[in-house]
Amino acid sequence: MVLGVTFVVFLLLWLTPGDPVEIFLGQTGPITAEEIARIRREFGLDQPFLVQYGRFVARALRGDLGTSIIHRRPVVSLLAQTIPATVELTLFAALIALLVGVPAGVIAAVRRRSLLDMAGTVIALAGVSLPGFWLGLILVIAFAVNLKVFPVAGRLSFGTGLVPQTGFLLLDALLQRKLSALVDVLRHLVLPAWATSAGMMAMTMRLVRSSLLETLNQEYVHTARAKGLAEHRVILAHALRNGLLPVITALALNLGALLSGNMVVETVFGWPGVGRLVVQAIQTRDYPLVQGGVLFYALTFVALNLLADLSYGFLDPRIRHGRE
Amino acid sequence: MRRRSWRAFRRNRLALAGAILVVALGLAVALAPWIAPHDPLRGNLAERLRPPGYRGGSGPIYLLGTDNLGRDILSRVLHGGRVSIALGLLVVGVSITLGVTLGLISAYVAGFCDTVVGRVADVLLAFPYLVFAIALMGLVGPGFLNLVMALVFKEWVIAYRIVRSEALTLKQAAFVEASRAAGASPLRILFRHLLMNVLPSAVVVATLRVGWVVLMEASLSFLGLGIQPPQPSWGVIIADGRDHLFRAWWISTFPGIAIFLFVLGVNLMGDGLRDALDPRLATERIPE
Repeated sequence: MVLGVTFVVFLLLWLTPGDPVEIFLGQTGPITAEEIARIRREFGLDQPFLVQYGRFVARALRGDLGTSIIHRRPVVSLLAQTIPATVELTLFAALIALLVGVPAGVIAAVRRRSLLDMAGTVIALAGVSLPGFWLGLILVIAFAVNLKVFPVAGRLSFGTGLVPQTGFLLLDALLQRKLSALVDVLRHLVLPAWATSAGMMAMTMRLVRSSLLETLNQEYVHTARAKGLAEHRVILAHALRNGLLPVITALALNLGALLSGNMVVETVFGWPGVGRLVVQAIQTRDYPLVQGGVLFYALTFVALNLLADLSYGFLDPRIRHGRE
Repeated sequence: MRRRSWRAFRRNRLALAGAILVVALGLAVALAPWIAPHDPLRGNLAERLRPPGYRGGSGPIYLLGTDNLGRDILSRVLHGGRVSIALGLLVVGVSITLGVTLGLISAYVAGFCDTVVGRVADVLLAFPYLVFAIALMGLVGPGFLNLVMALVFKEWVIAYRIVRSEALTLKQAAFVEASRAAGASPLRILFRHLLMNVLPSAVVVATLRVGWVVLMEASLSFLGLGIQPPQPSWGVIIADGRDHLFRAWWISTFPGIAIFLFVLGVNLMGDGLRDALDPRLATERIPE
């Protein structure tokens, strides 16, 4: 599977029309044919397809994804520099989605068929019907341009005194005990995270609602009620614990969706993550960088899917025993 | 019983609302050449960045304002919708046809053919949709037909997966066995029994996917990798407004609202269709 992915990634860019060398040299003025040939050799672009692919895989296994043509730096170091920003945004967005989606789903299930439930259903559908990047623009217009309560773009303001160490700025701020920097980082995170989390929030809400409705009909819930437990204990302690299973198993898949949705949102917010890096690389035809970025996304996606598959059996013993 | 019918009724009401939204937007967009008040491509530089409701010296009102080239946003949104919706229908139409055909063949013929198509589908599914589409559009370059091809390239897998697994179950069903025993030809079984029985799912999936494809068009065009300006599409108009967020919020806002209403309508309709046609289909689990 992983090999298939690397092959497609390689194939995609190998087929790309437009010569990266010419684009690269286009910025330095007129250049001789020998010069072009020299650079083609330097990047290995003069070799046959399969040789190039073999080299690509062999080097990738050693953690070498080549050198960015535009940045003139190893792709791996460019990725390493941007991955924390993307991961931080994705996890923060997932956190928001869960914090809003789970309670909303519970309320919708408990107050089933009420006005609240119906409103929730429509809002959830609305959440998956919005382009995330457009929501981002609207949030910028409302909260950054007009109300001026959140910054327009970026991850950190100047002059906070925060020294990036791990790349995860929230963590850095905590480690360095800089409260003002922490607040600043959070303020930068709110709008992009909100924009990306809308879809997952809606999915989580629908999932919690339908799964909780199912568990509320189970016999052990009737038993709990018959014992005379308070209704909120029945729901929170008994039904929800099982009702959350599908939400947890869907978490990995949702993270994958968030991650790729972030590509465009990062561009909107000037967020220095992998998504923006790859989009810029595509616009400048920086092959190695695009390859590395797409490979990062695909491999993360595969890993998350695998995690989702494994978590079914891990969290629900019935499935594990059913398979035996 | 009353409860159940009441629920069905309520669901249908939402689906109906969705259908009305889709039909209304579809009609407005289809009639764009006749009802759009201005030329979507020709601007009036004297009327740049006018707010919604602006009435110029002469001619019709600029109901949704103008962009930085003095083009009427309403007319651009109407004409842009033609491109966005047509793209959605075309991509989904081709993908569903391809997916249903390959899914049926895979399930019915099985063996080598099934393995090969299945592997290709697996590898394609390993890529996040947007990442794949962005990379592919970077490769083939922007434009309407390229966008159709790039999206179909990945989109067919979704129908393929669903149809294949349904057809595999159907193949074992007693009525198919009976038909085979009665001497029906493979083609007859494929078309008469398998195809007819997977169609409801295909219709539901197709409806829900149109919304998704419209969202993809918006993302890709926004990045400059989809439809090329000056031709308007909903994604292109949002991109047009990006540099003018501070002065002219209306350029990006209105095409986004159009997308939102259309996709919401399609989703409401799709959910309703699913409940009516194929309640077992877990649409929450359709991969992104």
